Amino acid sequence: MRVFVCVKPVPDTAARIKVGGDGKTIDPSGVKFILGPYDARTVAKALELKGEDGEVVVVSAGMGGKGESAANKRIKDALALGADRGIFIADEAPENRDPLAVAKALATAIQNEGGHDLVLCGRQAMDDQALAVGPMLATLLDLPCVTDAVSLEVSDGKAVVQRAAEGRVETIEVTLPALITGQRDLADERYPKLKDILKAKKKSVATFDFAWPAPAYEVVSLAPPPDPVAGKIVGEGPDAVPELLKLLQDEAKALTF
Amino acid sequence: MSEFRGVDFFDLDDLLSDEERAIRDAVREFVDRELLDNLTIEKHHREGTFPSHLVPLLGELGCLGVTLPEEYGCGGMNNVTYGLINQELERGDSGLRSFVSVQSSLCMFPIYTFGTEEQKRLYLARMAKGEVIGCFGLSEPDHGSDPSGMETKATPDGDGWILNGTKRWITNGSIADIAIVWAQTPDGIRGFIVPTDAPGFSAPLIPGKFSLRASVTSELVMEDVKIGPEALLPETGGLKSPLKCLTSARYGIVWGVIGSMMAVFDEALRYTKQRPQFGKPLAGFQLVQEKLVWMHTELTKAQLVALRMGRLKDEGKLKHYHVSFGKRNNCWAAREIAKLGRELLGANGICDEYQVMRHLMNLESVYTYEGTHDIHTLALGQHLTGHSAFRG
Repeated sequence: MRVFVCVKPVPDTAARIKVGGDGKTIDPSGVKFILGPYDARTVAKALELKGEDGEVVVVSAGMGGKGESAANKRIKDALALGADRGIFIADEAPENRDPLAVAKALATAIQNEGGHDLVLCGRQAMDDQALAVGPMLATLLDLPCVTDAVSLEVSDGKAVVQRAAEGRVETIEVTLPALITGQRDLADERYPKLKDILKAKKKSVATFDFAWPAPAYEVVSLAPPPDPVAGKIVGEGPDAVPELLKLLQDEAKALTF
Repeated sequence: MSEFRGVDFFDLDDLLSDEERAIRDAVREFVDRELLDNLTIEKHHREGTFPSHLVPLLGELGCLGVTLPEEYGCGGMNNVTYGLINQELERGDSGLRSFVSVQSSLCMFPIYTFGTEEQKRLYLARMAKGEVIGCFGLSEPDHGSDPSGMETKATPDGDGWILNGTKRWITNGSIADIAIVWAQTPDGIRGFIVPTDAPGFSAPLIPGKFSLRASVTSELVMEDVKIGPEALLPETGGLKSPLKCLTSARYGIVWGVIGSMMAVFDEALRYTKQRPQFGKPLAGFQLVQEKLVWMHTELTKAQLVALRMGRLKDEGKLKHYHVSFGKRNNCWAAREIAKLGRELLGANGICDEYQVMRHLMNLESVYTYEGTHDIHTLALGQHLTGHSAFRG
């Protein structure tokens, strides 16, 4: 089976995000970029599913130019986990990309490969959390799309997907080729073996040239979230309860009687 | 937490291959995620327990038996890579690095170097996966710096042996599946692979340690332990055999303590830049800068020593006196740096919310084990003068 996995470098969830000097992008200095937790698990699932003669191809878009971009490094991360080869879509201005533009770039690169049995994406990128690229990519590739998979099994040209919906788990059968977006539970996260990191260096990463469209939208400003409002201590013990109820009712309007 | 980037004043990264850097970075990330970011090390240090759940992960990653051949399921990598792995593990904690040193240099290395083909096939691949844990029994309660006086005896018994004696300060002792035990025989000192479940063998923990609290340190007590002929490591003979293992492990320590130095320096630098006193950051005061500069200078020198030693070892030119130089200098520097780091953090430095005191306490052991500072001084003195000052 030929499986494409789309990945995006995202800031480490523990990183302290600062707004850059332009007020529109984050300041990348001192921020560690990682293969997001959803992406790492889709890569692991793809490796599990590909079969003996199969292939796992990792696709990512990001800043081109000299040196290794974050996207290129994350492709290497996926190759170290065992993926077979990578496709890097160079982008000189990735901060201006709306999800549709990214989906178009990924779709063009995947179509250029001439065939796919399965396309996997993480359910969302941990940084901008748009949850948009996966379903858009499915539409552009004319594939059925199942989002938020927590389990995925493939046999006889079909995939059985369990997806986490509100308060229930849905089991869906879908004909391949299909696009699935994965939840954290889709697979266990693994560390790459040190030997596989060395092998990954020798695997192919092709650069795909994509004619990026003019930006369809623009980030006008970026600001840190407002500081949380300071709490108020209304008293201690049972004596404080009447005042607390009063404030919850009148001031916070969280209670109605 | 922002990314730990290491200390690299002289662009030593340029002297490392892409592969060496990539492996260092992977182990760095492993240590961040599994030991530091989630406070695992604070918990184990406080409770005095070894994070044994990390052993299979270390095996899966490929941190055990890094330099031994791939045909035995080991890493097949060079000695600089082994050094960098030690450095990153010890940035987490000296206890974790000690586990890897003992498993790799003191147990897998002698099986590979002195063992039969059957012994290598039986143990090495499983030890590389962390499925079999080893410990190394050389020191005794009354023989630390003077192992030639060891009292543990292996008495021939049919075609096998009977072991009697006590070993002390044995890392991994109570969790080990096998012990590499050194004992006096009619043919001098020889090494044995002893299963720790053999009748008469026990390995009580040494309680009350202030140092290496997240590491298992034990006694090995052997009372009429019967072992078969297959337990003997046939190529061992004389004290030079265990000393060869120690030279390999000490090489790893030379790199390992650079990790401690980096952790302490990084923490002290961040702290003094952020903490205001008398209306400006501590880092703006001359006395503070003098300490930071001293720490940074010794750390940088230690890195240069380790890298040169690694390249020499990969070329087969590293001598035991080079290793004495590196072990002596780098452990001393690490201990001094940890003391200064603790000073710079003031009262906060004594709490386990910060790393400096844990590293300082660990380094008291590292300074002393695998040849004390003074013993390495004498080894170097003997190399320089031709006179042994070890006795009388």
